[in-house]
Amino acid sequence: MNVTIVDYKSGNISSVINSFREVAKEKVNIEVTSNPNKIKSSDKIVLPGQGSFKSCVEALNNIDGLSDTLNEFTLINKKPLLGICVGLQMFADIGYEETETKGLGWISGKVSKIDNQDGKFKLPHIGWNEITIVKDSKIFKDIENNSHMYFVHSYEFVPNDKKVISATTDYSTKVVCSVEKENIFGTQFHPEKSDKSGLKIIDNFISL
Amino acid sequence: MLKNRIIPCLDVKNGRVVKGINFVDLKDAGDPVEQAKIYSDGGADEICFLDITASNENRDTIYDAVKKTSKKCFVPLTVGGGVRSVEDINKLLNCGADKVSINTAAVENSKVVIDSSKKFGSQCIVVAIDAKKNGDKWEVFTHGGRKNSGINALTYAKEMEENGAGELLVTSMDRDGTQVGYDIELMSKISSKVNIPVIASGGVGNLDHLVDGIKLGKASAVLAASIFHYGKHSVKEAKDYLDSKGIPVRI
Repeated sequence: MNVTIVDYKSGNISSVINSFREVAKEKVNIEVTSNPNKIKSSDKIVLPGQGSFKSCVEALNNIDGLSDTLNEFTLINKKPLLGICVGLQMFADIGYEETETKGLGWISGKVSKIDNQDGKFKLPHIGWNEITIVKDSKIFKDIENNSHMYFVHSYEFVPNDKKVISATTDYSTKVVCSVEKENIFGTQFHPEKSDKSGLKIIDNFISL
Repeated sequence: MLKNRIIPCLDVKNGRVVKGINFVDLKDAGDPVEQAKIYSDGGADEICFLDITASNENRDTIYDAVKKTSKKCFVPLTVGGGVRSVEDINKLLNCGADKVSINTAAVENSKVVIDSSKKFGSQCIVVAIDAKKNGDKWEVFTHGGRKNSGINALTYAKEMEENGAGELLVTSMDRDGTQVGYDIELMSKISSKVNIPVIASGGVGNLDHLVDGIKLGKASAVLAASIFHYGKHSVKEAKDYLDSKGIPVRI
């Protein structure tokens, strides 16, 4: 099996690569590329994302044929994809970080700034927070409710259809931190930095 | 609920840990990977490497240490010490650091903070502030505490937030190495002034100091070095103690 981590030159993805390689060992081949042909032939895709919504979308659109390939992979071929952090946020129709930017539109909704209640809550939301699992998700197999995950973000994904939400976390409000819609999976937290529970989520995704 | 973080800090010199944990069953006490693993397995919320390599020709050794550690350690890794430019930050991130802390370079040229937070995102840019009390204010020191910039630490903290820092690592020069506790007044003043998380550092001698740093100093995270070395306290003990004092921690 081939799992491809999409390297679209946005931020630091070394930790994502390291964690997937640690979990995959020799049984799964982990590719790191932005080459559309290689992405087409892979079985699963990981879409990381760091920095702003706008910079990630721009970086993605800068690579010829990449967004078309991702659309085809996800919406037509319905193969599994995991978005991490801004990778998840880009599923939305629209994001409001820096300026209004169009997202991939895979899961209808928007990405807006976490309500910090007039400075009562510090932003970014950095550190370990518990997740409340609200729906069975294939990537949460053997993950206990209220497990701790590592977060770093100031913006949150607000999907229109609440049924896609698989977990939330408490910070100012109930922040959406995981979604599942058919073959599309996403985590706002960083499984690659969330120690054993995070590696288990990665393992669950690889084993889908 | 968001948990307060405990961050053990390891001094790394020429790619080797100095003053680390010194258990008898440790194969190689100088190996950064082995030391970081002990901390992360023990529940450390993040690991911090401070590169104290003195000579320029050995500066590349930190990259190798970070590379090896990030392959085996799956909690966030912050690396600081001698970071001069956007290119240095880029190299450390590519080696697997999750955050980079910038000290002297941020004082001398704020563009480093502005440019790097734009390029890599605020989430990986930590500005380290070494502050020393002078009369009724605190001044920012650079070059490992050797040079006084004369800049007011509170104003500077706010300015760094505006420049794009994602977190501030605040060290009291008066308290560093004394083991008498954090400079609570400094921590709480900076923490109240900015809307980004503050990591308290400098002066921890016992577990109550960690409690004070969070409760009184309003820090989001506490960094300590020596109390975790030589097995004086484990990270687990520290967390259990904080938990017993009603501080939310990841256990």
